[in-house]
Amino acid sequence: MGVGHGSAVDRLHLGGDTVVHRLAAHIKIVATFAFVVAVAVTPRQRVEVFAVGAACVVALVALARIPVRVWLTRCTVILPFMTMAILVPLVGGGEQTEVVGVSLSVDGLWAAFNIAAKAFIGASASIVLAATTPVTELLEGFTRLRVPRVLISIVAFMIRYLDLLVGQLGRMRTAMVARAHDPRWLWQAKPIASSAGALFVRSYERGERVHQAMLARGYTGVMPDIDSRPQSGTQWWVAVVAPLPVVVTLIVGML
Amino acid sequence: MSHLPAVLAMHAPDGFLEPGVALVTAVIAVAITALGLRRASAELGDRQVPLAGLAAAFIFAAQMFNFPVAAGTTGHLLGGALAAILLGPWVGSLIVTVVVVVQAVLFADGGLTALGYNTVNMSIVTAFGGWAAFRLLRRVMPANSAGVVGATALAAGISVVLSSAAFSIEWLFGASAPVAFDTVFGAMVGVHALIGIGEGLISGLVIAAVLAARPDLVAGAADLDLADLSRPAKVGTRTFVIGAFVATVVVAAVVSQFAVDNPDGLEKVAEDQGFIDSARDHALDSSIFADYATSGVDNASVSLAVAGVAGVLITLAVGYGLLGASRLGRRPEDTSNKIPQNA
Repeated sequence: MGVGHGSAVDRLHLGGDTVVHRLAAHIKIVATFAFVVAVAVTPRQRVEVFAVGAACVVALVALARIPVRVWLTRCTVILPFMTMAILVPLVGGGEQTEVVGVSLSVDGLWAAFNIAAKAFIGASASIVLAATTPVTELLEGFTRLRVPRVLISIVAFMIRYLDLLVGQLGRMRTAMVARAHDPRWLWQAKPIASSAGALFVRSYERGERVHQAMLARGYTGVMPDIDSRPQSGTQWWVAVVAPLPVVVTLIVGML
Repeated sequence: MSHLPAVLAMHAPDGFLEPGVALVTAVIAVAITALGLRRASAELGDRQVPLAGLAAAFIFAAQMFNFPVAAGTTGHLLGGALAAILLGPWVGSLIVTVVVVVQAVLFADGGLTALGYNTVNMSIVTAFGGWAAFRLLRRVMPANSAGVVGATALAAGISVVLSSAAFSIEWLFGASAPVAFDTVFGAMVGVHALIGIGEGLISGLVIAAVLAARPDLVAGAADLDLADLSRPAKVGTRTFVIGAFVATVVVAAVVSQFAVDNPDGLEKVAEDQGFIDSARDHALDSSIFADYATSGVDNASVSLAVAGVAGVLITLAVGYGLLGASRLGRRPEDTSNKIPQNA
C-alpha cells in the first residue's frame, strides 16, 4: 500500500525485535483495545485497579524496550486535558475539602484522578502499539479485523502524502516569511488562509493525477494486496490475557 | 499557552465521559462512517481512494498550520465545516473521521475508547452541522462567490459552536466530573464561539482562494455558474474579525445569562450540604457551583433548548448583518489574496 518511509508517521515506529514487536499487528490492536476498555470502565474509586493498569503499561514499555524519555514525551499529548482536570476540583460541586487553604470539591478530586489515570494509561497503551508496529503492518492488521479495505486505502494514501503536503505548506510559509510576512493578529491571516486554499487545490489536483497514474497501471477500484505476508506471532491468547490483570483486580475487589 | 484551540480541540482522552456515552457515540460514528463510505464511492467512483486520501492529508496538514490570533498567540484550523463545503458533508465527515482516528491510534491524541464521541464532535457534528448552516445561509446570501465565502465563514464558525454544544450534551448524559451541564455548556460554547471566529475567517478565506483558482472543486458552490464564481470575492478581513468578536461577546453574554439565571443547582446543593455560606466565600463566582449535571436534566434540557435556539438565532442574525457590513467595508487596495501558482 506504498506508505512512505522516513515520514513523520513512520518515525513513530521504533525498531526492535522484542516479544511485543513480533506479535501480529491485528492481535496487538485487539489486545490494546481490550486493555484500554477494561481501564476505561473501571470505577474511579478503584485505585488499586488503576495501579495494576499502570503497572501493566510500565511492564509493556520495559518489555518493548521503549526509551522512557520517548514514552513520556509522547504522553504529553494528554497534557491539555490534564489542565482541564486540574480545574475540576476548583469548580466542582458537592462536599468540599480544604487543601492548603484552597477549597476543593472531593468529587472533583476523584474526577480529576479518574481522568488523569485513564488518560495516562490509555495514551501509554496507544503509544506502545504505535511504537512497536510499523504503519503498514498496522493497516494490514486493521484489514484483518475486517475494517473496510477502502477505508484502509484512504488512510494509507493520507499517510503517504501527509509529509509531502506538510512540506509544501512549510515552503509556502518560508516564501511568505522571506517576503517579510510576520502576522501577529487574526485579521492578518489572509495570506496563510490563501496558501491553505492553494494547498487544497494542489492536493486535489495531485489526487487526480495519482488517480490517472493508478488507472494507467491497471487500477480497477480495488487496491492490490501486495503487502500481505504470512503472519507470524498470531497468538490470540495474548489478546485475551492483555486486559486480564485489570479485569481480575476489578472483579476481585467487587466480591 | 500560546496555542489555545489545540487545547480545546476536544481530542478527549480515555475515560473523559462515561462508558455508556462512549458506546452510543461509537455506534453512531461507525454507522455514519459506513454510510459515508457508501456515499463516497457513489460520488467519487474509483477516484475515491486517491481523492479522499489526499483530501484527508490536506485536513491533517491544515490542522498543523498555525495562524495568528492575537499578539503572537496562534491557533489552528479544525476543518470539519471546510471539508464539508469543499467535498460535501458525507465525504467531508468521512475524511475528518479518518484524521481523528489516525490521530488517536498513531499519535495517542484522543483516547481509543473516546473515539466515538471525538468522532461525533469533531467530524460528524462539524461536517453535517456546518453543511446545514451553510445551506441555510446560502439561501439568504447573494448567489455569487462573496455569498459562498460569507456563508462558509459563518457556517464554519457555527460548526465549532455546535461541536462544543454536542460535547456539552454528551456531558449531560455521561459527565465524569461534578461540574454542572450549565457550567460546561456556558464555558464550552463561550470559548468555542471565540475559536469559531478564527475557524470561520480562515475557512472563508480558504474557500475564497479555492473559488478563485478552481471554483469547480467547491461542492457547496456546485449550483452556481463557474464564470461568476471565479471573480474574486473581496472580504474585509479586519471588519469581519472585529464584528465577529463583538457578535461572539454578545452571544456569550446571552448564553451565560441562562446559566446564571439557573442558580437552583448551587442553592440546592449548598442548602443540602449546609455550606451555603462557605460557598459564597469562594474565590470563584457562585454560578459555577452546581450539582451533578445528570441529576438536573429537567431544567438543564429546558435551558439548553432556550439557550441553544437563542444563541444560534442571534449568531445567525448578527452574523448576517455583519457580512453586509464587511462587504461594505471592503478595501479596494487589498491585493494580498494572490495564490502561488507554481504547482
